[in-house]
Amino acid sequence: MSFLSYLINGVSLGSVYAIIALGYTMVYGIAKMLNFAHGDIIMVGGYAAFLAMVNAGLSPLIGVLVSIVVCTLLGVVIERIAYKPLRMAPPLAVLITAIGVSYFLQNLALLLFGADTKTFKSVISFKGISLAGGALQISGVTIVTIAACIVIVVGLSLFINKTRAGQAMLAVSEDRGAAQLMGINVNKTIALTFAIGSALAAIAGVLLCSAYPSLNPYTGAMPGIKAFVAAVFGGIGSVPGAMVGGILLGIIEILAKAYISSQLADAIVFAMLIIILLVKPTGIFGKKIQEKV
Amino acid sequence: MRHLQKTTKSNFITYGIVILTAVIIQILSSAGAVSSLIGGLLVPLCAYMILAISLNLVVGILGDLSLGHAGFMCVGAFASAFFSKMTAGTMPDGLRFFFALLIGAAAAGLFGILIGIPVLRLRGDYLAIVTLAFGEIIKNVINVFFIGRDSSGLHFSMKDSVALNLDSTGEVIVNGPQGINGTPKDSTFLIGMFLLLIALIIILNLINSRAGRAIMSIRDDRIAAESIGINITKFKLMAFSISAALAGVAGVLYAHNLSSLVASPKSFGYNMSIMILVFVVLGGIGNIRGSLIAAFILTLLPEMLRGLSNYRMLIYAIVLILMMIFNWSKGGGRLKEMVAERLRGLRKPRTKEVK
Repeated sequence: MSFLSYLINGVSLGSVYAIIALGYTMVYGIAKMLNFAHGDIIMVGGYAAFLAMVNAGLSPLIGVLVSIVVCTLLGVVIERIAYKPLRMAPPLAVLITAIGVSYFLQNLALLLFGADTKTFKSVISFKGISLAGGALQISGVTIVTIAACIVIVVGLSLFINKTRAGQAMLAVSEDRGAAQLMGINVNKTIALTFAIGSALAAIAGVLLCSAYPSLNPYTGAMPGIKAFVAAVFGGIGSVPGAMVGGILLGIIEILAKAYISSQLADAIVFAMLIIILLVKPTGIFGKKIQEKV
Repeated sequence: MRHLQKTTKSNFITYGIVILTAVIIQILSSAGAVSSLIGGLLVPLCAYMILAISLNLVVGILGDLSLGHAGFMCVGAFASAFFSKMTAGTMPDGLRFFFALLIGAAAAGLFGILIGIPVLRLRGDYLAIVTLAFGEIIKNVINVFFIGRDSSGLHFSMKDSVALNLDSTGEVIVNGPQGINGTPKDSTFLIGMFLLLIALIIILNLINSRAGRAIMSIRDDRIAAESIGINITKFKLMAFSISAALAGVAGVLYAHNLSSLVASPKSFGYNMSIMILVFVVLGGIGNIRGSLIAAFILTLLPEMLRGLSNYRMLIYAIVLILMMIFNWSKGGGRLKEMVAERLRGLRKPRTKEVK
């Protein structure tokens, strides 16, 4: 039974990674940049919900909404100020800017909220279920996280494939110049992508802090990097890939923690990334890109 | 000096600046004009400057972003500290430190090659994230290592120090998360500056050599470089492993300045790599002398202005973003031209000597 419960925990953690990885993969697919600050938006989302619920005494549902609004705005503002002027810059410059933004958010949070870890109050009051006569406990957070992940992936797939804005995103990710010639507002599409990605990061932040209730300025950094690993695993730019990659990564991490070594779990996850990139750099669902001279 | 080439002249100016700085600081500190706070920073300062120029070799000359530089420093630091602890008392201090430097550089260089072979096949963002991953793996793995020594030899464990089963003469050398304690304090400011000078000579000569031009051609256009017969893998690996070995030297310097060496996120983690990257970016990507000056100013300035130290990291972050926007955006480009125009106006027009 313990294996099964590890597996369920893995799927739950993996669902959080999947939600974060969706944001990464969309931004990477459309803006062609690695948004290093994505993980730190999770942290901001956590703090926003924390302040709304604990300091302002709002209900958990409002807390989640506040967190989503704050992160969406933050994502759009970051894109406008830091990334938009660099549309034509070489990738190295954009990457360094993104690292700068990530570092900025971490240290701003450090100055504003202090380095001490805050105990996050779970937003989910749902009790959870116990199966097989109490041998298998599944907590409410686990169920809600997995359900949220499924809803988001289905919703996002429908949005991308069925709406005009979603089609515009696909077009921009395929060929930015051609999309512009077809009358698509590229800047608006990229801003929309950042908005959606950041909103997802907010949801992931709240879920992550509900499952692992400790919040500090570096909370988002590691899950952010691991979600990137998940996105690469599934094939960057692919929505189902992000979900599969995220869940697989979550399972690997929890099983490594349980059966190998809790200190080496991170090292094992990173080793996975390196192996994937060497064996199949385009990931499970990725497309092969031909280099043109 | 008239017959020297422009680059040679520029290199000698850089060496001169380093020697002059070393002499001035040494005179100041022997005259007692250096506060103990700054005095304690002098050896780390040398280490940071070596790290900055070695990272600039990868970022500026090779054109790949490495975020795992602190990992190589960590390898050099731990390999050399382990050696120094093992051989303490068996040879003179100077000789031991010399060997420690060689071992640190070799270990980090070896890791550079081992990591470089798979990693350098990747490009851009992937390369950055994989180097970051490697840096974290190195740090994590060192944190679970326990090595002890007793009368029957060396004992290894990956669990805890009790699992080493040491007898009564036993001594724990590498103590997992507590790291290595009691490394001999062999580093001094002058040795640091001397090592910096050697690192500079290696890097500047590499840049101006045939190999250096091959490396820069890869940076400027990989496909064109490959099509004229430049062995991409070889030259990339060369730059990467030299950079790693020099980072290892910086690690040796750093380790032999501390009484307890811990692979903590603060000293060897991602933050350290970012700090070095800030030095490189602020000094100008590809500009070796710039990296030196940026590392020097950014290390000493926050200590001199105490009020600033809380905001140091925030300022670093803003510096990174602003430098990139200033250098690469359209508006920034215009601003740059305007400033250059002003400066040109201030300066007197140069008169050329004609023979």
